[in-house]
Amino acid sequence: MNIIVCVKQVPDPETPPASFRIDPEAKRALPAPGVAPVLSPFCLNAVEAALKLKDAHGGKITIVSLGSGLVPEVVKKPLAMGADELALLEDAAFEGGDSYATALALSAAIRKLGACDLVLCGRQASDWDAGQVGIGIAHFLGLPAITIARKVEARDGRLRVERVVEDGYEVVETALPALVTVSNEVGEPRYPTLLGIRAAARKPVQSWKAADLGLGPEQVGAVGVRLQVRRLFIPQKESHCQFIEGEDAPEKASKLAAALRADKLI
Amino acid sequence: MPSGVLVIGEVAQGRLAPITGELLGAGRRLGVPGPLSVLLVGPDPAPLAAEAAALGAERVYLAQSPALPGYWPELYLAAAEAALAQARPAIVLLGHTNIGRDLAPRLACRLGAGLAADCLELALEPASGLLVATRPVYGGSAQAEVVGRAGQLQMATLRPRAFAALEPDPSRRAEAIPLALSFDPAQAALQVKERVAEAVAGVKLEDAQIIVSGGRGLGGPEAFAQLVELAGLLGGAVGASRPPCDSGWVPAHYQVGLTGKLVAPDLYLAVAISGSSQHLAGCSEAKAIVAINKDPSANIFKVARYGIVGDYKQVLPALIAKVRELRGG
Repeated sequence: MNIIVCVKQVPDPETPPASFRIDPEAKRALPAPGVAPVLSPFCLNAVEAALKLKDAHGGKITIVSLGSGLVPEVVKKPLAMGADELALLEDAAFEGGDSYATALALSAAIRKLGACDLVLCGRQASDWDAGQVGIGIAHFLGLPAITIARKVEARDGRLRVERVVEDGYEVVETALPALVTVSNEVGEPRYPTLLGIRAAARKPVQSWKAADLGLGPEQVGAVGVRLQVRRLFIPQKESHCQFIEGEDAPEKASKLAAALRADKLI
Repeated sequence: MPSGVLVIGEVAQGRLAPITGELLGAGRRLGVPGPLSVLLVGPDPAPLAAEAAALGAERVYLAQSPALPGYWPELYLAAAEAALAQARPAIVLLGHTNIGRDLAPRLACRLGAGLAADCLELALEPASGLLVATRPVYGGSAQAEVVGRAGQLQMATLRPRAFAALEPDPSRRAEAIPLALSFDPAQAALQVKERVAEAVAGVKLEDAQIIVSGGRGLGGPEAFAQLVELAGLLGGAVGASRPPCDSGWVPAHYQVGLTGKLVAPDLYLAVAISGSSQHLAGCSEAKAIVAINKDPSANIFKVARYGIVGDYKQVLPALIAKVRELRGG
């Protein structure tokens, strides 16, 4: 199988809320001191889903990533996990894009990469959480799309996907080629091995700008958006926590139970 | 000129799902010129028109579907496009639910609309007619105000329970408009084969008045037995933050958070949960949060009513004993 996985570099979502800062002018998060960016967790789940398919059927996995200030060790992680090639879309023209403009650029890159059987994305990126890029790519490429997968299997040119719903899952099938967005239920991304990390250094990396994809400056970045960000802010929450004090755990537990009983909560 | 609001309603077990009322309430309160319409898709949606009217709908578009195992994207797309062609709304609202998360981006792509996802607040900017939507970003650590572009259809998905439904008024009347759908499941590119409901022992998370939830700090699956015991004593349900689900300590459907379940119990007892923004997004609607955590600076204490700084291994057995005593006595 020939699989393309789209991944996004984001500020580490595990950044403690206390050190989370934003730039209200640029309307984006500031890197927290000492916290390196990472690939968005659901993107790594998508890489894992691709690797499982490669384990079962063989084939090639190409990673595509659009962003600015991309850190080589970060975007090469899927290569170290077992993916084969990397295409980076880095261009000042892409800055300020929304889901729509990003999907347009990624779909142009996928087209340029040639025929593929399957495109995988994370269900949503951990920075803007919009969950729209995957379906946008499918729209531009004319592919059937299945969202929020917990299991992706291929059989006889068809795809069988279990998609997560509130109380369980739905089984959806479609013909290949197709696009699937992947959720964390697919399983933990595998760790890169030392051998994998060494191999990644020799794997092919291409870098493209908007013009390489046949996209004009009016189609991408902040100019190409359908949704504009007016304001970014950190909601202020006052803490009202009453800490239960006591000599030992039984005393604290006892006081807590009494407080909850007094509040008619238990 | 497009005008008014179209709500893509949801039907569950032959009734209007709560989100439908919330969307209608939000649509009404926006004060957009033009009618408030709702689309209802289901095997027999007509009897639900009166309930939709009572909740504020002025026009009810009825799309009768074949009986299907689950949500079928192409069916809903066809129904939504048929309703849009007739209603010609300025704004389309959906729930940020199983259906809306999938349908809204598909619809937005096809219609050339700007889509604001998972909104917590909506306002209309009177001068421009633009919908100003407030939505959580960076896992809930920040919020953004977003707007579409002038002259373009405006869409938003709304977070369940973030908007209030109107008080039902049975005297309200709506025009019921049946839609003719040409949808043949056999011809669809996406074939929904089955819907599998995973059995949940005891109280469902979404319905529970009390939730006892565990996090990464539990260190392994064993401690969940104590959470189950406490939840059982309290008549509640057991939940988890994402790490225990990802590590396989508990099934994935235990997950409370931005991409898991959004719950609103009376009491949410968070045991060894640090309180990442994406987890708090799923439980911050609880009336009271109680946190047990070793780390006094854990973020969970910022939203808690009561906190115990300590090792759950000591606190939890003591709490279970005390609750058993209270319940027994």
